[in-house]
Amino acid sequence: MSKRVLEILGEKFGHDVLETHSQFGDDTAVVSPARWLEIARFLRDDPRCAMNMFVDITAVDYLGRQTQRFEVVMHLRSLERGHRIRLKARVGDEDGQNAEIDSVVSVWKGANWFERETFDMFGVVFRGHPDLRRILMYPEFVGYPLRKDYPADKIQPLIEFRKVQDKLPPFGPDEGMSFGRQTHDYRRDEPGGEAN
Amino acid sequence: MEPLDRDLEEGLLELPSEPMMLNMGPSHPAMHGTVRIVLELSGEQILKADVQIGYLHRGFEKMCERGTWSQVFPYVDRCNYVSPMLNNVGYALAVEKMLGVTVPERCQYYRVVLGELARICDHMICSGAMCMELGAFTPFLYYARARENIWDIFEEETGARVTHSFGRVGGMANPPSKYFKDMVRAAVPRVLALVAEGEKMLLKNRIFLDRLEGVGVMKKEDALALGWTGIVLRACGVPYDVRKAHPYMVYDRMDFDVPVGTTGDNYDRFMCRQEEIRQAARIIEQALAQMPDDGPINVEDARIVMPPKNEVYTTIEATIQHFKIVMEGIKVPAGECYSYTEAGNGELGFYLVSDGSGTPFRVRIRPPCFATTQGLEQLIKGAMIPDVVPTFGSLNMIGGECDH
Repeated sequence: MSKRVLEILGEKFGHDVLETHSQFGDDTAVVSPARWLEIARFLRDDPRCAMNMFVDITAVDYLGRQTQRFEVVMHLRSLERGHRIRLKARVGDEDGQNAEIDSVVSVWKGANWFERETFDMFGVVFRGHPDLRRILMYPEFVGYPLRKDYPADKIQPLIEFRKVQDKLPPFGPDEGMSFGRQTHDYRRDEPGGEAN
Repeated sequence: MEPLDRDLEEGLLELPSEPMMLNMGPSHPAMHGTVRIVLELSGEQILKADVQIGYLHRGFEKMCERGTWSQVFPYVDRCNYVSPMLNNVGYALAVEKMLGVTVPERCQYYRVVLGELARICDHMICSGAMCMELGAFTPFLYYARARENIWDIFEEETGARVTHSFGRVGGMANPPSKYFKDMVRAAVPRVLALVAEGEKMLLKNRIFLDRLEGVGVMKKEDALALGWTGIVLRACGVPYDVRKAHPYMVYDRMDFDVPVGTTGDNYDRFMCRQEEIRQAARIIEQALAQMPDDGPINVEDARIVMPPKNEVYTTIEATIQHFKIVMEGIKVPAGECYSYTEAGNGELGFYLVSDGSGTPFRVRIRPPCFATTQGLEQLIKGAMIPDVVPTFGSLNMIGGECDH
């Protein structure tokens, strides 16, 4: 049933569908990253595909095995038709640079956290993501832990006491109230207290 | 009472106010896990919310790349610490899908029974914790008591109460014990009675109902786009259950209903959980009746399953086989696969990439609560602070799984 989706994709996008396979019964299409967003939108909107359920986005690091290092892997499902498809795109140089792909948050908003996680773990940048910051690691973390060249036993230095920003990231510069430690520094007003 | 000054307009009487930023969490007795919610408040109303996770992150996927395929099982246990058996079975099924083997029928029934018991545990902990967060402590004790009954069975079968690590590729670690069926048959009615008692205490409680009914409503389309699965999706009115839609193991032989909600509020989620406990009991009953008493529990494949211990000590073939499996690991054919099962919270997916060696190249877990928790922001926007706690509780985020 999902094989039909692969055929439809092949007819519609031609050479941008680089290869398809059905290993272990999972129907997979490797597509060109340039048309990632377009294909995602097509899969959701086309009534023959109707992939209205977002399942998963992740990446795989094929260090030294492929010229394009990362494979961004997306799983989708259709509620009405009951079929599933896996969409993949290869991005990035051998040293991990230029790993960029369009964000599909505008198509399924559930992709938000999954893309943030992929960015956090692999350093794949999702263009047009509304709020691309680290999700599982802390902001000062250097490097991307799930890359194959990140040593598993590496220790990161302790971070200093964090300066609280005026506004936390989801609240944009022109909204919300300014809040930060400097406004609550009661010791400055006390006699003999030192300002820090 | 009359206003003090009738000439003043009401708008002028209000104090000037700015939105206030409030940190809920990361760790608070009324929170259902380790998560930080940054709220922007206008009075008691939530204008904006930012949910921040990652406090329990321990590099699950990185750890999996360092051992053999079988060594992943203990990690999978720790992902979901209220229903580890479902995760065990889910991972085992994923590897078996790549290996192309099917476990014997007896093992399939065994897995179904253990999995459904774990599902009851999961739902009871969620419901119990949810009412405890709302101040109802007695029902929580009832639910915890009921869970004790199930954990006794698990202890008898696996030797461990919480982290079983009982699943194996190609079967289970041990065959069912002699009194397995009797134990389950004795425990399930007791559990159901306790659940019914707990429910009786809650469903006429005004405080409980006021915090549940009409709070945290999610639309069907939004839930699908967010990637919600399991109870939270079914409470929105989508009858999607992996066990019905894509039956695995012997679920296609079971007769059970999928509880579906109508509005997708906290009340629906709570009630769906309660009903699912009863449906799980139904499945257990049928599975026990159909489960054969004798027969192999593991597949007959020397490349996958460890040889019996007495043969390891006496024959060279079994010794070599044992060594090959322990030192090199099971050789899984190269390729990639995505396997999904219905865990306590919804679709638990494993995306596995193998390069043909005994070590996984990549193990990706798709935890159901990760998608669920990202919808929390939308649920609590516009609600009141006291609504955050039950809404978050009804989503049943499991920290270990959400943070990998």
